[in-house]
Amino acid sequence: MKPIHKLFTIYLFTLGSLGANAQIAIKGETIYTMAGQPLKNGVVLVKDGKIEAVGTNVRIPANYQTYSAKVVTPGLVDAHTTLGLAGALNVDAVQDQLETSNAIQPELRAIDAYNPNDPLVAYARSLGVTTVHTGHGPGALISGQTMITKTSGQTVGPALLDTTTMIAMTLTDAVRSNFKTPGTRAKSVAMLRTELMAAQEYRKKMENTDASKHPSRNLKMEYLSGLLSGQYKALISAHKATDISSALRLAQEFGLQMVLDGAAEAYLLVDEIKAAGIPVIIHPTMMRAGGDTKNASMETAAVLAKAGIPIAIQSGFEGYVPRTRIILYEAGIAASNGLSFEQALAAITINAAKIIGQDRRVGSLEKGKDADLVLFDGDPFEYTSHVCKVIIDGKIESDKCK
Amino acid sequence: MKKRVPILTLWAGILLSSLGYAQTQPHVFRGATLIPIAGSPITNGLLVVQNGKILAIGPASQVKVPAGAVEIDARGKVIMPGLVDTHSHIGEGSGGDRTSTLNPEVRIVDALNPYSDTFKKALAGGITTVNIMPGSGHLMSGQTAYLKLREARRIEDMLFTDIDGICGGMKMANGTNPIGAPPFSGTRGKSAALVRQLFTEAQEYGRKIKAAETDTTKQRPTRDLRMEALQEILSGKRVVHFHTHQANDVLTAIRLSQEFGFRVVLHHVSEGWKVADEIAKAGVPSSIIVIDSPGGKVEAIDYSSTNGAMLEKAGAVVGFHTDDGVTDSRFFIRGAAMAVRNGMSREKALEALTIVGANMLDLKQRVGSLEVGKDADLVVLSGDPLSVYTHVEQTWVEGIKRFDRSNEQDHKYAVGGFDAYRGIFDYHNH
Repeated sequence: MKPIHKLFTIYLFTLGSLGANAQIAIKGETIYTMAGQPLKNGVVLVKDGKIEAVGTNVRIPANYQTYSAKVVTPGLVDAHTTLGLAGALNVDAVQDQLETSNAIQPELRAIDAYNPNDPLVAYARSLGVTTVHTGHGPGALISGQTMITKTSGQTVGPALLDTTTMIAMTLTDAVRSNFKTPGTRAKSVAMLRTELMAAQEYRKKMENTDASKHPSRNLKMEYLSGLLSGQYKALISAHKATDISSALRLAQEFGLQMVLDGAAEAYLLVDEIKAAGIPVIIHPTMMRAGGDTKNASMETAAVLAKAGIPIAIQSGFEGYVPRTRIILYEAGIAASNGLSFEQALAAITINAAKIIGQDRRVGSLEKGKDADLVLFDGDPFEYTSHVCKVIIDGKIESDKCK
Repeated sequence: MKKRVPILTLWAGILLSSLGYAQTQPHVFRGATLIPIAGSPITNGLLVVQNGKILAIGPASQVKVPAGAVEIDARGKVIMPGLVDTHSHIGEGSGGDRTSTLNPEVRIVDALNPYSDTFKKALAGGITTVNIMPGSGHLMSGQTAYLKLREARRIEDMLFTDIDGICGGMKMANGTNPIGAPPFSGTRGKSAALVRQLFTEAQEYGRKIKAAETDTTKQRPTRDLRMEALQEILSGKRVVHFHTHQANDVLTAIRLSQEFGFRVVLHHVSEGWKVADEIAKAGVPSSIIVIDSPGGKVEAIDYSSTNGAMLEKAGAVVGFHTDDGVTDSRFFIRGAAMAVRNGMSREKALEALTIVGANMLDLKQRVGSLEVGKDADLVVLSGDPLSVYTHVEQTWVEGIKRFDRSNEQDHKYAVGGFDAYRGIFDYHNH
């Protein structure tokens, strides 16, 4: 009886691990680990959802399911998107990225809006996107919060990496068309300074050791306090050089941990951005140029990277069609416009992970990191190549060549 | 005295070329891989152009180069015909206004700005011929314009034919875009009824004209711009470009074309893949757009990037368009490449960018392939047209170089940058 019982347990255990995280091996003709030189004819071993080994002299255990591909990369990391909030249809019912009742609402949490079942999430996943920094979009002085999640799962939670990552702020012309006030650029900055100063006061009062002197809880002030303390980063969307300068000034005045977002005219302020030590999540390379983004360039990524400024490339927010851009495609265009292949790939993997503070878990293929991988049948950026397998936490989430 | 003549001639020649007239001196592109579309690619090819036309094309060993030809070293390059964009909104034009949903008398050509730098954007994408359309917010928003991207001060100088002739098609639309408060239609059924009523009136008008021609006692009806434009459609001289997304709307467009016998090109055709066999059977061509993700309007939610492949498989004729600014003219070739990624054949995709589009605009005698006697419209590419790493290096229109990426300003038109473009790229809802 005993041996049978033992066998049964083993069988159950195996079944469970197959369903969740099978042990797998991925053989790649070229593996871009994004941690050192690319490997030729390398192997990545995956165990229990984590990377067990990476190298060219890795022995594949007999019980591992093996897959092969021409090119293997880490799962792609979209450094800024509105996926899951800006839904697939152009109807209000599925558009949750912007709330227009007030121009400053840092208390709006992304986790209360993110819909992992929106078809665009699965679509982006099928094209290699495994981690997204998503949330409230551009268009309000402070539109709300952002979060980080894997693109797997049907409920928000299990795939979540971070609940509140950044506070999404905007200094573009779009703000004045969305709200009655601010109506000018100067007013935009004045309103933000006023609120941040109020938050400084709130924070000071909350630091009082005598709890009876604390002001009543105020969600808006709590999150702004978190912004001031550096607990949350300021994701400031700005395109025109004037607005980028205002953003840098704000960050300096209030000591914000800032990430510059969009930044169509960043090439005019390379020295200033570099001196401020600020990373830039650049607009989609193929973004429509118009209004504030009129002077966008496909070469901005190359210009900033050359100056040594940390960059990532985002899918951003799309108000029309395509309903979402795909970072793989946007990085490809950057790679054909001055950015090196490795830099372009880094902008949607390891460098994106660093900017959103998740490089200990995602963004490269290294032992102990999450087993997020993409298998290609050719150069990842080539129009006619395909994403053939997408693996998240060791589980195959997509296996149709797309 | 004798000496002055050649100097004067030279001066006149420079003046002429600076005004954008076709060069009289033959130009020879040497060493490129030529993709003539008409026929297989030619490696180490020779292409000779003169007076705005293609004089000769073939392998280097077989083409005679005329004496005094200007040599252009094109080794390592790929040359294909200038691209034909069958549906675009460059040129700052507009069609009918909100007083009517049926605007057959409105010509977009009366609104276009030949100085618009949006034309530069198209040239940077390798486009040399474009069908500029009014929008899709009307059942019939007006007459479209077929333009050659020549340098011009008057829009007339960009047309293929005389402005008083048939120099474009007719834009129609169904589905949700033209729906609105009266005088616009409120439902799909009403949309079709309004169109049928208009064409019925046009048939009646046509009968009266015919009667007056054969019977002198009958009076010719009073001139009517609306009815005259519709006669051109009913007689098959003017093609209808029909914006349509949802499968049932696609079939409605085909049904209307069959009832009144007009020639139609389907545009966008997002759900074309669902009725690919029906489209193929009707012998109606589709001009499709390739976008990077599905979604948008309810009627387009089932858009699939495999549309081109599935229409091709069904045996339907497929062309491409940018619908600029829905997609950018500079990424026109990319759209074709993405269709290939999603199963379309390379050969059909390249045809869809060129000769198929030319045929949709009744211009295949002039453009769409590299053949002797056709317009010298060509794109010089740095490599394989379907590669992300390939750039449009030069775009030639009727033997004149209109875009050159190595030129600083043209480079800006290709990639953008500070003040690269004066205006805002306009795009409207489709």
